[in-house]
Amino acid sequence: MIRKLMQGNEACAEGAMKAGVDFFAGYPITPSTEIAEILSRRLPQAGGKFIQMEDEIASISAIIGASLTGFKTLTATSGPGFSLKQESIGFAIMTEIPCVIINVQRLGPSTGAPTLTSQGDVMQARWGTHGEHTIITLCPASVEEVYYLTIMAFNFSERFRTPVILLLDETIGHLRESIDLEKYDHIKILNRQKPWVSPDKYLPYATEAGEPPPMAPFGEGYRYHVTGLVHDESGFPCTGNHAAIDKLLKRLNNKIIAYLDEITLYQEVKTEDAEHLVIAYGAAARSAASAVALLRREGVRAGLLQLQTIWPFPEKLIYQKSLGKKTVLVPEMNLGQYAGEIKKVLKDKTLLVPISQIDGQLLQPRKIMAHLKGEEKHA
Amino acid sequence: MPKLFNVKKYLRMDKMPHIWCPGCGNGMVMSAFLRAVDTLQLNPDKVVVISGIGCSSRITGYLDFNTLHTTHGRPLAFATGIKLANPALEVIVITGDGDATAIGGNHFLHTCRRNVNITLIVINNRIYGMTGGQYSPLTPKGENAATAPYGNIEPELDMCKVAEAAGATLVARGGTSQPVLLEDLIIKAIENRGFSLVEVLSQCPVYYGRLNKKGNVVEMLKWQKENTVSVKDVNKLAPGALKGKVLTGVLAAHYRPEYTEEYEKIIKIAQGK
Repeated sequence: MIRKLMQGNEACAEGAMKAGVDFFAGYPITPSTEIAEILSRRLPQAGGKFIQMEDEIASISAIIGASLTGFKTLTATSGPGFSLKQESIGFAIMTEIPCVIINVQRLGPSTGAPTLTSQGDVMQARWGTHGEHTIITLCPASVEEVYYLTIMAFNFSERFRTPVILLLDETIGHLRESIDLEKYDHIKILNRQKPWVSPDKYLPYATEAGEPPPMAPFGEGYRYHVTGLVHDESGFPCTGNHAAIDKLLKRLNNKIIAYLDEITLYQEVKTEDAEHLVIAYGAAARSAASAVALLRREGVRAGLLQLQTIWPFPEKLIYQKSLGKKTVLVPEMNLGQYAGEIKKVLKDKTLLVPISQIDGQLLQPRKIMAHLKGEEKHA
Repeated sequence: MPKLFNVKKYLRMDKMPHIWCPGCGNGMVMSAFLRAVDTLQLNPDKVVVISGIGCSSRITGYLDFNTLHTTHGRPLAFATGIKLANPALEVIVITGDGDATAIGGNHFLHTCRRNVNITLIVINNRIYGMTGGQYSPLTPKGENAATAPYGNIEPELDMCKVAEAAGATLVARGGTSQPVLLEDLIIKAIENRGFSLVEVLSQCPVYYGRLNKKGNVVEMLKWQKENTVSVKDVNKLAPGALKGKVLTGVLAAHYRPEYTEEYEKIIKIAQGK
């Protein structure tokens, strides 16, 4: 066991190195900058490349380009930069180019409060880019989980040929904890599938059995076309072919949704006999874990479902875990972005208690406890 | 005369006919580019051509290389990622004046400054063609556009001067009226170990030409020929004869360290070698 005291952002950089990152492009922004600083030192040591680009859009564009040569790539940002990157995230979805985007959330909108914590970008992660699409978003609640989920973000990205978003919040990004680096040595590092056919037979977007298409790196003899326009299996535009458009957009969705069970990562604490279930993610899940432990000590049967994968929405899991519960509490540092989704699942069968906080402070366990005991009124 | 060669071996003939309007300059630039590729005997497997958004950016669909049709204004940023990741690839960006200098202006400045070994060919038709003839940063002052019905009040940008000032190591301007010169400039740009810009004066008879009563393609090309002067001939001209003329040829050539080569040194330092 190798225990090391580490900051969340540092664990993110180390997780990326563990996953085999080759390339980072980014732009300085609080509270994510440590990730860039660490990788500017670590990447060239491992023969990889680091570049500080002229802006946020250039950064995401550069990592998509680098990924096309076969590299594993990463960028890190915060709210304002995440907004700027959205168009190109859509490009990576459409062209099926793997890459990982870290958003260490700060309080918004606009410049907001750069050093204060927030979970305000949950819906931006889901719906930030235009058009119908599906995206994988992971959300760690501890420094150790940052390390683990950064590795998983790369694995999902490579496995499904899609951009993956890792949503930290300022609390988790700047939290320092001792973590066991060897604990995750058993995770198999995944790499994108290369084509097994010869270049003359290669159709860059032809798939078998719903699996993502094999990806040829630029420069290895497979000369093909990549475009953000709708395209058919050959990779060329098919704007006049509505059946091909329909097939493409549904495939991009299904290649992820079909593996929802594999993608949905979560932790649970005393959920089975719980009367009251807290569903939480990120730093709020940390507070929820404390609240559940304290409530249990008081004899209240509380449990925690901590979602590490927040998108695609794990509807079945939430439905099953909520079944028969008296109340479902959803603490989050926004005005109920995720609670709204959970409400659709619960319908009106279970009492949903959204617990919101948007003052830039970490949501405290006592607030969750007060809501459960009815001491604090919820909206 | 441009040299004769089998242009089809570099084209995706099954993607023809192309989408460009009759008289458009894009095909002439594509032809000059492919002659340059043939002269240099580049290995198509190692050539990456990247474009942005717009009429000219549709060029990547027709070229049988590794081709990437990116988002609007960002091809140089994608290109920087590709070149830094794999410096062995020959990276060429072909795009339009709006893509390169308006929405992509920031990337243009900084790719010049870094001196990444990328060749940028900007097809300057002085207008946004794909969206129907709106003014671009290269539309001359006083000219008409779909969004300048009373005349354009913005002065045009000299992208070659900007490129040189920002640090590009080879800056050239050619035009569709001089295809042999254009081919030669593209060859020099690809050969330069650093960032190269080739601005190509081109014609859009359908929008720019029609909105400004510039006549047909032949007249537009004649106008271009009569209003350009080779940098080599500048000393021979009578005083005042340069007024209103646009210079063509290699406008600037400098030596500066190339970005990806500099980064290789960083890797050696980081690894303690």
